[in-house]
Formats: sequence, structure tokens, C-alpha cells
Amino acid sequence: MTDPKPIHPPAGAVESSACGGRREFLGTAVATVAMALTGCGKLSKEEFLQHNFRELSKDELQTIIARLEREYEEKYHKAVKVGNEPAMPGVIFGYALDLSRCIGCRRCVHACVKENNQSRDPQIQWIRVLEMDKEEGVNIQHAEQYYNPEEVPRESHFYMPVQCQQCKRPPCVKVCPVGATWKEKDGIVVVDYNWCIGCRYCMAACPYGARHFNWGEPHLESADVNPATHYLGNRPRAKGVVEKCTFCVQRTRNGLYPACVEICPTGSRKFGNLLDAKSEIRQVLETKRVFKFKEDLNTQPTFFYFYGV
Amino acid sequence: MNTRPIRFAGLALLLLTAPAFASPPEQKGSSVTPEGIEVPKPPFTEGIFPCTSCHDGKQMKVDTRRRELGMHSEIQEQLHHGPATRWCLDCHDASSRDYLHLASGEKVSFNASYLLCGQCHGDKLRDWRMGIHGKRTGSWNGAKQYLLCVNCHNPHSPHFAPLKPMPPPTRPEDIKLTKGGAQ
Repeated sequence: MTDPKPIHPPAGAVESSACGGRREFLGTAVATVAMALTGCGKLSKEEFLQHNFRELSKDELQTIIARLEREYEEKYHKAVKVGNEPAMPGVIFGYALDLSRCIGCRRCVHACVKENNQSRDPQIQWIRVLEMDKEEGVNIQHAEQYYNPEEVPRESHFYMPVQCQQCKRPPCVKVCPVGATWKEKDGIVVVDYNWCIGCRYCMAACPYGARHFNWGEPHLESADVNPATHYLGNRPRAKGVVEKCTFCVQRTRNGLYPACVEICPTGSRKFGNLLDAKSEIRQVLETKRVFKFKEDLNTQPTFFYFYGV
Repeated sequence: MNTRPIRFAGLALLLLTAPAFASPPEQKGSSVTPEGIEVPKPPFTEGIFPCTSCHDGKQMKVDTRRRELGMHSEIQEQLHHGPATRWCLDCHDASSRDYLHLASGEKVSFNASYLLCGQCHGDKLRDWRMGIHGKRTGSWNGAKQYLLCVNCHNPHSPHFAPLKPMPPPTRPEDIKLTKGGAQ
């Protein structure tokens, strides 16, 4: 912790010391002792000694990705690609949701689970749809997330899906004691699942309930695994780490819409580049009545709610 | 009325544009509107289009009077789109049945039906063109596929139909953790 910058030995030095220099010996010893003490028997030495994503050199990252892909293949018996596409230059993602159109059908919730390899058991969902009284307006005191009528929308109710708001001033990032979560250049708040220590401070800090913890061993059938993943996004997670919506980083950094936008049957979800004056999101911001959820907290979301009527 | 050239033109356009939109799944039979917007096929009832296969002006005489229909009565029964003032031929063209027509009489093909809708719902058409109303799929920074008004709203009964919601989340008290993992 006191020395966040990894010290890179001269090229070739590591490879040449086959039975280990002092560093390697110490590393192995520390890893062994740590495993014995913490009971993290499953943690490999490489994983234990792995650095924060933002400090990795290209080579290190490639090695780690290769290892992860190997591990996923062993676990799920199918090839899983772990991408690491960086943020596109000149892009800040924005999202808008039309409260006058959402009917609360939860198609987005389940499309998200499918796309992002969430644990099915114990269940983890990144989108929470709140049913609210029209008379009350947006009032969390009158919100119900377990509604289950025969048909939606229900009379005199409206629906407000809540997911990560990708804040410009994210309180979750501020409180992380180890720097395992940060805001990327394109505005997406991401988590390095290998660096997260599972303290859940971020969950306490997030006013939107957008972060979720793997309390149990995540269970995901291999048939359900989405093999197109991103290191900072939907790659399968382990027990004891926090996860959250990443605007489907594995899709959006390749030019696709997030899965929730693609599935929404009412077209309530709008997504695009805030820096592109012609994008749908900018049209929404410029022509519609828009609000930010819990604006008074000054988290400055890049996720907006609007009334399209 | 010979519609073959038109159909061939549509097919040619479709073939020309197909490779550019390889990824999206639901794009079977998409077409390009005269103003260059890629839209899916209008949701015709199976086997009903082209309309001229019956309404060719020979098998049946054109009767423009407003009346109880024998054929298509199911549409007339569920017409909840200003039924007091609206009648089939306000939108469908009597002289060339494979087209719709605007109030001006100008013919509009079925894949550009949004122009017809936009005569009354101009604010929605404006929003649809900007990508605020309606749904687009594909690429946020590239080729997009729009849905037509009629892909979501039945033109004869346009109110969005209610849906069965997908299952609610598990309540925290119902989540059971097995010791040593869920498996």
C-alpha cells in the first residue's frame, strides 16, 4: 500500500531467474503465508501478486487476460474472450430514460443479467425498477420494487428504473480505500474485481443502491455465460467482490448500444455520446424536461430522467 | 396495377444495404425509406401484402362508400383510432392499394407510413426523427435501425398494449446462502 507504483525489473531479469531471485522467493513466501492465514486456498500466486489494472503494463495485462481466459474456459467449458478496449477519445457516455414511457416490464433487468454474467444464485441484478404513485411523483418513500401484477403498467402508477448513474463526482470512488474503482475517461465508473477487497464502503456511499456484492459463490450455468466480456465489465466475478452497471462497457466501447437499450420494448432508454451535438442523448437534453435523480447530493449523474410527452 | 418493379427495387435496395448491418438480429426483411432511413418490414398479417393480390381493381369493384365491411371486419371492430371520424380510405389509397396516402393525396409506401402518422402527431414525428421518441437499435455511433411507428403501435388501435412483467427480484430474506458457496 505504501508503494503503489510497481517496480519493473529490467527486461529479461525475471525470466532468466528460473528458480527464483529474492523477489520471487519473497513473493511466493508471502502468497503462501497469506493463503494459509486467510484460507483463500483458491487464489493462485499470480492472482495474489497481481497489480491494480491501472498500473499494469501491456505485457502484464496480456498475461493476466490469458490466465483469466484459461481459468474461465476451465470453469465454464467454453471459450470466453476478455477484452480490454480503452475509452474512445472524444466520447463521454450519457444515458436518458423516459419516465413517461417506461411501463415497468423489467425486460431491461433480465437482459442486463444475461448480458453481464451476473450470478443467478444468489441473485444479483444491476437494474432495479421502482413502481411509484403518480400522485406522489418521484418519491422513494412510495416506491415498490417487488411489484408483480398480471399486467403493467398499473393504473395510476409510473415506473422508474434505477441503475448506476455513472456520476461525475462518484462517492463510491471517493470512499474506496484501495483504489479498486474509478471513473474512466468516457465517464464509466468501473471496478477492478481482482483488486477489490470487498469492504463494501462503496455500497454504503452510493445513494442509488447501484452496487452489488457477491455474498456467495456466484453461480452461473455455462450455457448462460456471455463469452464476449471486458476486463472492467462483464467478465465472471468471484465471491467477495462488488460489481455494478458499466453501461455494458464490452458493447458500448465497440459501438453498440447497451443491452437494456436494445431490449426496451417502449424505447424509453436513450444512449449516446454527450460530446456529439447530433446524438440522441443531446437532443433529449436540449429539448425535453430533464432531471437528475437525487440532484441535491451533487453527485452529478450522467444518467438523466426525462418526460418525453 | 403492376407492382413488380417496385418490389424488385425494394429487394435491390435491401441487398445493397444488407452487408452494412450484419449484426442486429431482428432485421430480417428491412428496407430503406425514400429519405434513407433503415426501417424493418411493417408488421403485416401473414400473406396479406401485397393488397393488390385481391384489390387489383378487377376481382372487386372499388367501393369508396363508408360501410360495414365483410372482409377485414376484425380490423373495423377493433378500430380505436378516432373511429367516429376515421375510415379505411382516409389512410389506405383506393386507387393503388399497396400504398397509403396523405391528406394531400400524395402516395406513401408502407415503409414510410410515419409520414402519414406525422400529419396529426407532428411532435412525435419530430421526436422520432431526432431519436427521442421510438426505438433505435444497432450502433450508437454508426448505423442504426429505426422502428416504424406501426412496429410498436397497431395503427388501427395505437395504444401501447400492456405487458406481463418479468419476475421481480428475490427479497433479501429469501436469498439462501449455502455455506461454502451456492453450488
